[in-house]
Amino acid sequence: MKQSQIRVLIAKPGLDGHDRGAKVIARALRDAGFEVIYTGIRQTPQMIAEAALQEDVDVVGLSILSGAHMTLCPKVVELLHTQGQEDVLVLLGGIIPDEDAAQLKTAGVHAVFGPGTTSAEIIAFIRNAMVGG
Amino acid sequence: MPKPVPTQQLINNLLRGDRLALARAISRVEDDAEEAARIVKAVFAHTGRAHLIGITGAPGTGKSTLVSALVESYRARGETVGVLAVDPTSPFSGGALLGDRVRMTRHSGDAGVFIRSMATRRGTGGLAKASADALLLLDAAGFDCVLVETVGAGQAEIEIARVADTVVVVEAPGLGDEVQAIKAGLLEIADIFAVNKADRKGAARTVAALEMMLETGGAAVRTVLHHGQRMEAGATASITEDEDGWSIPVLETIAVSGGGAAQLRDALERHRTWLDESGARVARESRRLNHMLQTLVQAEILARMEQALSPGLHREMVEKMQQRETDPYSAAADLVRKL
Repeated sequence: MKQSQIRVLIAKPGLDGHDRGAKVIARALRDAGFEVIYTGIRQTPQMIAEAALQEDVDVVGLSILSGAHMTLCPKVVELLHTQGQEDVLVLLGGIIPDEDAAQLKTAGVHAVFGPGTTSAEIIAFIRNAMVGG
Repeated sequence: MPKPVPTQQLINNLLRGDRLALARAISRVEDDAEEAARIVKAVFAHTGRAHLIGITGAPGTGKSTLVSALVESYRARGETVGVLAVDPTSPFSGGALLGDRVRMTRHSGDAGVFIRSMATRRGTGGLAKASADALLLLDAAGFDCVLVETVGAGQAEIEIARVADTVVVVEAPGLGDEVQAIKAGLLEIADIFAVNKADRKGAARTVAALEMMLETGGAAVRTVLHHGQRMEAGATASITEDEDGWSIPVLETIAVSGGGAAQLRDALERHRTWLDESGARVARESRRLNHMLQTLVQAEILARMEQALSPGLHREMVEKMQQRETDPYSAAADLVRKL
């Protein structure tokens, strides 16, 4: 079990600028006692992986509403693995069709949260993952 | 979960400049006092080379943007830069939202730059408890200069003066009048003033107020920081100069467009040269190390004290105070006697 402070990177890859969801989640995670690093919009997978490394985060949360999740998410996972961060939990939020979600999970995304997911569910998921390992 | 990398291996990799090792070492130093001791012991001999620069100022003055512009300016000269950006921890949830990277994204992909966000956790004075250790790690990892951005500081958040070689206090137009400029605290720790957002109305007035403050006796206040106790300021010091001849510049910057960043970097380099030539660098380092030592000794004594005194005893004293059988001072003296 991880005793230390849980650090989460919240990033918005791709070209859509709708970051309200990401900000709401960032705030909710902060209020749950996590240290949240917010990187802003229009991040490339390389930028996200680099920030995840420098910040030594336990969790990377991606918010994608542009429909580009099938290219962006696997790329982030791949970069994290190449740089030695295989243990980082990768979460995706957005409007993701079921068959895409299934495919992303086999590509290394740990969970996909669609519309209607509560902050509490996401917080519980992270806490469980950190305890269970 | 995979097994954590052994500390010794982490240290070796950090000293070779491995970025993941550096990132993980900073986390361990933040999370665990024993690990902090182990890591700092191993890297300390490799520190003392980087120019440690503190950037402080009120919230909204543009510290992060200015840091980003400075990084660019140092990189243009081929110097490598580490950044430690500190933001506050919520005293209510223990969580933190660290948003300084948003203003620094343009350095992404540059292997000569390493940016780390840090929450204050239980630290006070505008920095985290682990900030000083994290600076040692960035120094040991080989960065030419390390920029530390404090939390948005009020008037008393001056811890940065204890850890940096050079302190830049960032001001912005419209934050206060001449009276604000002569208050104690933040303004007294500046080696350089940067009046940011200098394209806005009122910038000239802010510059004038700061210059007026410096001319009317901002001199030699540095010594106040010695052990946190006031030392006599040299009465013969020139009124526009700090200890041994450093004249505090007031610069205008427009961080968002990079305006003035090169001049600020030049001033920082002049200050660094002055530190070396005047001997002030040695004096400041000695002060810094003395402070670190004191902090660690106090923490150790506190830990031993907490071990030695049972919680029951504390409760007993509190109850006696509530019954007015004793007072806070006598109760404290009683507890200390029991050690």
